[in-house]
Amino acid sequence: MKRFQTLVLIAVVALLWGLNYLFEENLNPYVLRVIINCGIGMILAMSLNLVNGCAGQFSLGHAGFMGVGAYISATITSVLNLSPFFQTDLGVGCAIVIGGIVASIAGYLVGLPSLRLKGDYLAIVTLGFGEIIRICFLNIEAVGGARGLSGIPPKSNFFWVYLWVVVTFIALLRLLRSSYGRAILSVRENEIAAESMGIDISHYKVVAFVVSSFFAGIAGGLFAHFQSFIDPNSFVFNKSVEAVIMVVIGGMGSLSGAILGGVIVTLLPEVLRVFEQYRMVIFPLILIVLMLVRPMGLFGHKEIWELFRRKASS
Amino acid sequence: MTGSESTFGVSTHKGISMAIDEINKAGGINGKKISLKSYDDQGQAAEAVTIVTKLITQDKVSLILGEVASSRSIAAGTVAQQYKIPMLSPSSTNPKVTQVGDQIFRVCFIDPFQGAVMARFAINNLKLKKAAVFRDIKADYSMGLANFFVEEYKKMGGEVVADVSYSGGDMDFKSQLTSIKSKNPDVLFVPGYYTEVGLVARQARELGLKAVLLGGDGWDSEKLTEIGGDAILGGYFSNHYSHEDQSPVVQNFVAQFKARYGEVPSGLAAQGYDAAMVAADAMKRAKEMTPRGFRDALAETKNFQGVTGMITINEQRNAVKPAVVLKVVGPQKFSYVTTINP
Repeated sequence: MKRFQTLVLIAVVALLWGLNYLFEENLNPYVLRVIINCGIGMILAMSLNLVNGCAGQFSLGHAGFMGVGAYISATITSVLNLSPFFQTDLGVGCAIVIGGIVASIAGYLVGLPSLRLKGDYLAIVTLGFGEIIRICFLNIEAVGGARGLSGIPPKSNFFWVYLWVVVTFIALLRLLRSSYGRAILSVRENEIAAESMGIDISHYKVVAFVVSSFFAGIAGGLFAHFQSFIDPNSFVFNKSVEAVIMVVIGGMGSLSGAILGGVIVTLLPEVLRVFEQYRMVIFPLILIVLMLVRPMGLFGHKEIWELFRRKASS
Repeated sequence: MTGSESTFGVSTHKGISMAIDEINKAGGINGKKISLKSYDDQGQAAEAVTIVTKLITQDKVSLILGEVASSRSIAAGTVAQQYKIPMLSPSSTNPKVTQVGDQIFRVCFIDPFQGAVMARFAINNLKLKKAAVFRDIKADYSMGLANFFVEEYKKMGGEVVADVSYSGGDMDFKSQLTSIKSKNPDVLFVPGYYTEVGLVARQARELGLKAVLLGGDGWDSEKLTEIGGDAILGGYFSNHYSHEDQSPVVQNFVAQFKARYGEVPSGLAAQGYDAAMVAADAMKRAKEMTPRGFRDALAETKNFQGVTGMITINEQRNAVKPAVVLKVVGPQKFSYVTTINP
């Protein structure tokens, strides 16, 4: 069984590598850009899903963690001038992971005091954090301030972004199926019942928050090395809301739903570009209709394979 | 055209559309009509990058006009540079914009130039030779203006008696202003944004500081007189264009713009119009109808008569062109004083 899994993993990496080559040669760069943006959206949605969907908390500061990851990794590769190693694919990869780790530390620092709060209060604390982070970057001259940070090595390509999509998916799926994941889900279902069963709810909330921040930081790092330019404006409150929309559309708590949500929210505005200035009227309209028709999100709590399984058995 | 600086984008777009229609009505470029493709980036750098990629690879444009704000121009410029498509920004004044690469141009002057303009204005027009500088230490823009003001002012025989700073967002400037007052300057150069400038003006007058106030295009807002009240009246600042300029080019443009949109064109509309006109002029002169040909022709732009003055593109791909000086005469009223050539 272990060997089988390793083989599958190697096959997936090879497939991504092949597709990357194929796309870069044959696909219109604009289309490829949108596909990669979708990948970043997926990671963002999956990570937020852990907090908003699975643990049942309401975070509104996801763009802040993304910003931390983006700025830390970009600082390592293009401001500090540490060594030429950080200009290579592998070096950028390391920088992105460091960005993710710093983001998760930030997540821990914010989460520890604020996750004792419930519902709306947590939303406000995280929202405040997101804004604080943004204002900090705005005032640090070394990372460009309001002018933004340019000249970041553009190393995030299809391969790296989708490899991280796969890693995020597997990591979160395994987490949710472990005892940790079950505990996190129980916090969502009923905090009092969970606590009476001996589950340390604050602890599990913080775990969910830290893991979620880590992957948000990764998404930020990939984003920075994909755009090769970041400014504090890229991580405004709107970006956090966008992440929440992704999760809600896909279905709170559904990992495959988050992936679909990430794709929809990234893709729709691009597809709707033909409507020019009416674009941002039609896009929210579609979202409203979607929410009226399927208030629990596209997949609800379920994963896509569970939906099919039920249909097959009935 | 949406986002936090939406009015800037909308004005620029109006100016560009008007210019393109005029060019096409006059027969286009060597018989070919120009088609304009515009997209809204919502004031987001990431969106700007996506859009420029789309314009270049899908719509196959041969020249890009934009962006308004410097940070987005830098982001979009990287893409344009990568695909070797010339890009012309109407109004990004940060020096870093055109340093992105040899495909990036602009039709506006850069921040430091305004500092030099005001130094010359103080010495030649106002005949005042004792200046104090009060700069915003947090803004790149303000530092650039202040440095070049000091350099030019000294070169022309003026004396800078005080050079102190504040940081954007401050409310109280009295301690710095008191130290400035003790040096007794004739002019006080405050190259900041309108909010702080208004407060500085009020507090300076309260302390009895009588120096003439000077500044840059960061003053250009109706809020200036709202915050500064009577204290700011009589101050001068440099700007890109004034619709009160009596030269026929400007008056003609203002009349046509009013007929089309029913409003007085702002500075951004004038710059958008000029950007499109400079681009069309370069296309006409180009030896070959390719992005490469357009780029080379753009680089050779010389003495082009635009609404915002005579435009010459220099080796750094910045526009060398005059600035206008405006005087604050009443609530939300700025009157045209003079034009200063580079």
